[in-house]
Amino acid sequence: MSKKQKKLVVVAAALALCFGIVPTANAMHIMEGYLPPTYCIVWGVICVPFLLAGFFKINKTVKENRRALTLIAISGAFIFVISSLKIASMSGSCSHMTGTGLGAILFGPSAVSVLGIIVLLFQAILLAHGGLTTLGANCFSMAIAGPLVSFGIYAICRKTNVNRRVGIFLAAAVGDLFTYCVTAFQLALANPSEVGGVGASFGKFLLVFAPTQLPLAVIEGILTVVIIIAMESFASKELKSIGFLKEAAK
Amino acid sequence: MSKNKKTVIILLIIAALIAIIPIFALPGAEFGGSDDAGSQVVQEISPDYEPWATPVLENAIGGELPGEIESLLFCIQTGIGVGIIAFFIGRFYERKKLGKTNEEL
Repeated sequence: MSKKQKKLVVVAAALALCFGIVPTANAMHIMEGYLPPTYCIVWGVICVPFLLAGFFKINKTVKENRRALTLIAISGAFIFVISSLKIASMSGSCSHMTGTGLGAILFGPSAVSVLGIIVLLFQAILLAHGGLTTLGANCFSMAIAGPLVSFGIYAICRKTNVNRRVGIFLAAAVGDLFTYCVTAFQLALANPSEVGGVGASFGKFLLVFAPTQLPLAVIEGILTVVIIIAMESFASKELKSIGFLKEAAK
Repeated sequence: MSKNKKTVIILLIIAALIAIIPIFALPGAEFGGSDDAGSQVVQEISPDYEPWATPVLENAIGGELPGEIESLLFCIQTGIGVGIIAFFIGRFYERKKLGKTNEEL
């Protein structure tokens, strides 16, 4: 990032922090119109610094290394596929996965925020799924909070020498679950219960999302491992060039 | 069969099972979206909450998106993604098969 870009990110972050002091609320793929306008704006503003950082990061990665572009495209396409698959769950309702774990592991959380918002825009405009007013909130939960957790978990697993594939699985699965936790929290903040306030609502929303999402998180973990195995076998050169695989490692 | 191939096949079978079992285990369940379940909880907690915006597309066509059209659009989304992934993985695969692993793509 150049100095100018850094400044822009810092300013945006400062603005977001100011807004963040205002008490907030929201959830993952929150339906259009289901968040009060203030919350929509606040979550939107919070996303801006992440998106800027992600944009610059992708720019820089591609400039330094054109080969990374294919991997970025695959990560983005993976989110497209995974988040379009609605899968039935034991709780008797359907949900879909996020697919952001792959990009977070390969390129870090900031780059994924840009890929994620493309998908969210597509779904909000064409599919009436999610929404433009709730875009900021959805972007925060799916494209920022989830990937951050995935990235962190993968980093910890690498440090502690957990098997690489187990690490990828955990990172993707927990990141997916966390996305829905954030969604539940976002909805709870906007809709505190009369009895028990935000905490009680949070529990209620979590009860709706968590049982549905748990098996899906497992599937997401599995699919992420599968696509990374495919990349390792056919694109090890590209993976090495972005530092995902070590030169010596086979 | 290489170890990787076996792992991939086993993993995919597990994933498919997790996705399919509920359909048989819970006959008669509605399998509505958990997003809609979320809206219901909102109604429950604050009964007088009125959604203050409707999706752009529903505005444009003046009503709910028909289910069939919605699944078409979801398919397009899947198709775009699968197309991109298959294209690049296919190119990588050929490169390896031709023994040009070190060539740029």
